Amino acid sequence: MEKFLTECAQSIIDGNAEKSAELARMALDDKHPVLEVINKGFVKGIREVGRLWEEGAMFLPELVMGAEAMKEAMTVLQPVLEEDAAGKSAAGHVVIGTIEGDIHDIGKTLVATMLSANGFEITDLGADVPVVRFVDEAVEKGAGCIAISALLTTTMSGQKKVIEELESRSVRDKISVMVGGAPCNDDWAKEIGADGYAGNAVAAVQLAKRLTGA
Amino acid sequence: MSIIPRVTWFTEEDRKRVVAEAVEILEKIGVFVENDEAIELLSGAGARVDRDKGRVFIPASMVEKAVGSAPSRILVYNRHGEPVMDLGEDRIHFNPGSAALRIYDHKKKKTRTPMTADLVRFSALTDALPNYAAQSTGIVSGDVPEEIGDRYRVYIALQNSVKPVVTGTFLIDAFRVMHEMLATVAGDQGALAEKPMAIFDCCPSPPLKWSDLTCQALIDCARTGLPAELVSMPLTGATSPVTLSGAVVQHAAESLSGVVIHQLAKAGAPIIYGGSPACFDMRKGTTPMGAVETMMIDGAYAEIGKHLGLPTQAYMALSDSKRVDYQAGMESAMGAAVAALSGINNVSGPGMLDFESCQSLEKLVLDHEIAGMALRLTRGIAFRDDPIALPLIEAALEKKEFLSLPHTAKWYREEAYFPNAVIDRSTLEEWESKGGLDATARASERVEKLLSDHEPEPLDDAVRAHLTELMERDAKRYGMDKLPVT
Repeated sequence: MEKFLTECAQSIIDGNAEKSAELARMALDDKHPVLEVINKGFVKGIREVGRLWEEGAMFLPELVMGAEAMKEAMTVLQPVLEEDAAGKSAAGHVVIGTIEGDIHDIGKTLVATMLSANGFEITDLGADVPVVRFVDEAVEKGAGCIAISALLTTTMSGQKKVIEELESRSVRDKISVMVGGAPCNDDWAKEIGADGYAGNAVAAVQLAKRLTGA
Repeated sequence: MSIIPRVTWFTEEDRKRVVAEAVEILEKIGVFVENDEAIELLSGAGARVDRDKGRVFIPASMVEKAVGSAPSRILVYNRHGEPVMDLGEDRIHFNPGSAALRIYDHKKKKTRTPMTADLVRFSALTDALPNYAAQSTGIVSGDVPEEIGDRYRVYIALQNSVKPVVTGTFLIDAFRVMHEMLATVAGDQGALAEKPMAIFDCCPSPPLKWSDLTCQALIDCARTGLPAELVSMPLTGATSPVTLSGAVVQHAAESLSGVVIHQLAKAGAPIIYGGSPACFDMRKGTTPMGAVETMMIDGAYAEIGKHLGLPTQAYMALSDSKRVDYQAGMESAMGAAVAALSGINNVSGPGMLDFESCQSLEKLVLDHEIAGMALRLTRGIAFRDDPIALPLIEAALEKKEFLSLPHTAKWYREEAYFPNAVIDRSTLEEWESKGGLDATARASERVEKLLSDHEPEPLDDAVRAHLTELMERDAKRYGMDKLPVT
């Protein structure tokens, strides 16, 4: 078992999506405990990927490939997890998108991929997302967090509008808000009353974990 | 006469191959277009439109026609109606990098949000520096509502410098206001169309996406005769293929689709083949403008632009450094040299730090000398006499020096570019005796001296009053009753 778990972790570190999916299927076939396979295998791998990236040993392509491999493995294991209600490992539900008027989505997609790889359930609304849609989706899906990306100074004010919309619907206390994108920073997050700012995808995972208590 | 030194990035065969593949991309993959009017224009001209997906497939014949109708030379004028930019062939011009959200405050040694007073100083300083052919709306002011930030920059720029303005819109309805301001200064809309005094940046989003705002800017530019500047920005391995050649192909496809939309709105309207690509940094996820590969993509796409017969632009002579330091100088100078040797017509970048997001007045003054050297570089080495040297050496033999030869006095100012005092060429003793200041400290002194000595030519009172009226009316719409004091 120990060897199998190490293999699972390694498939994520290698960014080998084919291998990670195969190992996930093997885990099901051999009736390994799913939660253990995830937490002591795949999750260990994605943590290592994040660590190596922060250390500068891995670059973005390896980071993204690791996250993709994680997603593939989770796609196989998720249905089984959901059958077993007690074993729900999803760290929380995040609604993510690039704000209205802004069609840049690479940073947002990177964050969504990393969040997903770290066990978050993700609703990715894409780019150019109207303010009300963030709130509609979050309320409907019962998401605990909204992540809003903006690359333009002219669109970043939309992040503030999402917060105002949450307040006007009296759901602000139930849904945390994180912001990101080139023109944003900690000061901006404070100024508009967001719960946090993350400057990159790995930082976004840490922030989301802190905000959702995962 | 001398030849203009030039670098070449591709063979003729490769240039044709890049364009052919870009055209194939537009036919097969198409572009995403968000703007209804642009979709109508394209569909009316025979492009196939998938309305559900917002994709437009552009046939090769439309591209060819649009490239054929776009002019190969564009003149841009100053407030006096004098042509100060002659964009085309290998003629190079410099102007400051545009739309910085921050300014580096040298005295306080920190980066901060710029205010109106910074915009005024920036514009006046650009006005005082002759190697800059144009000014740019290089700083976004933090003391006015974000919604009017774009035209407010033009409002300040037009009052503090006679130079033409390289600018752009943040919001669709801004163009009308900016156009009216420019027309007010030029006399009227007809005069402005005849002698345009602004260039508008239009930025597609990679890969192959045209937002509502950018499409509208293209169409508005075409119809008013103000030059549009395409700013395609592939990021290698992030929003475009990772290979430099792949980025150049994607850049060509995006730019060509822009030329098509623009020329459909008005055939023959001026358009510049520009861009802001970057060799995406795979460690930091950032877009380094100072990377040598970024400069190579710039030079290469400009060569494609020349091949298509269009004037060219690039964001070069800038740096990713956060301070005016060794890295800032190195990246800016290298970019300027590559730009000059690539014959890029409009080089936007001086003053800029931190990935096109922070302006510095000290750097603007230092980069002015980089621009001076780059401009000198492109003048090449001249043969002024025949024989070239023999009689002069003969004459000097007798005098034991060349200093007193009339030939020396006649040519020395043309042969050499004389940088101003920010570039130190004194002896160690003299340098020490004058305080031993480093380049940034010298630049800081020079900024203050230029700003106190140089009085930008004021606008005519009536024109200024009208501009203020336009700006105030617009500011009121966004809840600002009184403009910041300038």
